[in-house]
Amino acid sequence: MNTHSLIGQLDPELVSKLVKSRRGIFTSAAKSLGIFASAPLVLAAASTQVFSKGLPKQIVNTLNFALTLEYIESAFYKSALEKDFIPKEYKDVFTIIGKHEAEHVKFLSGALGSAAVKAPKADFTAGGKYADVFSNFDTFLTLSQTFEDLGVAAYKGQAGNLMANGDILTAALQIHSVEARHAAIVRRIGGKKAWDSAFDEPMTKDDVLAAAKPFLKA
Amino acid sequence: METINGNSATLTSHSRRSVLQWSGGAVATIAIAGGILPNFGITEAMAADLGKGDIGVLNYAYALEQLEAAFYTKVIDSPYQDMPDAEKQTLTDIKDHEVEHREFLKKALGGKAIPDLEVDFSKVDFTKRESVLGTAKVFEDLGVAAYNGAGKLIKNPDYLTAAGKIVSVEARHAATIRDLLKPKSASFAGPDVVDKNGLDGAKPPAAVLKAAGPFIKTKVTANSVVGMK
Repeated sequence: MNTHSLIGQLDPELVSKLVKSRRGIFTSAAKSLGIFASAPLVLAAASTQVFSKGLPKQIVNTLNFALTLEYIESAFYKSALEKDFIPKEYKDVFTIIGKHEAEHVKFLSGALGSAAVKAPKADFTAGGKYADVFSNFDTFLTLSQTFEDLGVAAYKGQAGNLMANGDILTAALQIHSVEARHAAIVRRIGGKKAWDSAFDEPMTKDDVLAAAKPFLKA
Repeated sequence: METINGNSATLTSHSRRSVLQWSGGAVATIAIAGGILPNFGITEAMAADLGKGDIGVLNYAYALEQLEAAFYTKVIDSPYQDMPDAEKQTLTDIKDHEVEHREFLKKALGGKAIPDLEVDFSKVDFTKRESVLGTAKVFEDLGVAAYNGAGKLIKNPDYLTAAGKIVSVEARHAATIRDLLKPKSASFAGPDVVDKNGLDGAKPPAAVLKAAGPFIKTKVTANSVVGMK
């Protein structure tokens, strides 16, 4: 049993949906537990086999790409909220954004099980370019908007790679629109419009990684 | 009776030939009775009108965009009391976006597009900010959940990307409207719309149509229903 799996902490409704969609594998996992196990427990037991054997490589790779971005975002807000520079009036906004990003990390890690990549080492100053990122609110806002808009474009660009699994595609879309909500509020706080136009453009994986690269330690 | 493009005479005579009103209640009932069809849970009668497969999904999105565009057009045509300039600009942008979405889908559907819908905003008090923004919040959150729920029903990856280009803008609208109602709060992505896994809403078409039903008067043309095998 993969005791590191976080999937047992997921929403029971979602878990039962996932269980239903991969019934065969879960039935065998349930039998191997030898008990009438709850869905989360079965899923936790089965996560390794499901995601090393059950999911197409394309989906595993795509979810790991998403997880990497979520790791970056989550670490970004965690670092920011540990400091004391965000104006009090905006604390609630950034607290809930940080909470969502941490939930996305947990959700994707749980879904990937043992196939999940590790968190990258981040440098939010981008080699000193944004040295005051966690002391100057304007700098922080600039990077926050960058990460959120990047996240929206990244998920959008990957949707087609998740079409083989409807439940996973739906979950990714549900994250995608939350990132768009984040992007909108961050832009508004920065005194900008919440949008560029009537249509948000997707980005390719390569372009997203190139944009994120300055914030990753080699 | 309001219509999207103001050509009510055509639409009214069109709808008199109808036997099936597009109300969420009817859709939900029949969907349960008939089981969920591959074409996203809409009854067979409805599917014949919206079209099947991807055309059906696009028509579904087109219907929602028609509703939103009609709503914001009215908001801008008759602004509520003391609408601040910044708010008017924001709501004008949103109106323009919804019109672009509507026209984009109409063009994509070509001859397979459903007709212009008649809408019913009689429950909205357009003179009151709270009523207008409260309705806008419902429409935007519903739009987000509708696209999120419909994504997996799309077969053509290009259509999926197109839907993705629209849905995140709807989410930006939703966050903005929520911020207008409760400024600087967590409401823009509050726990009433984002669950504890950090996931936004995703609703199947039957649930969306049920929620949108009270705002849509159109009786979907029944020619194809009558001719149904």
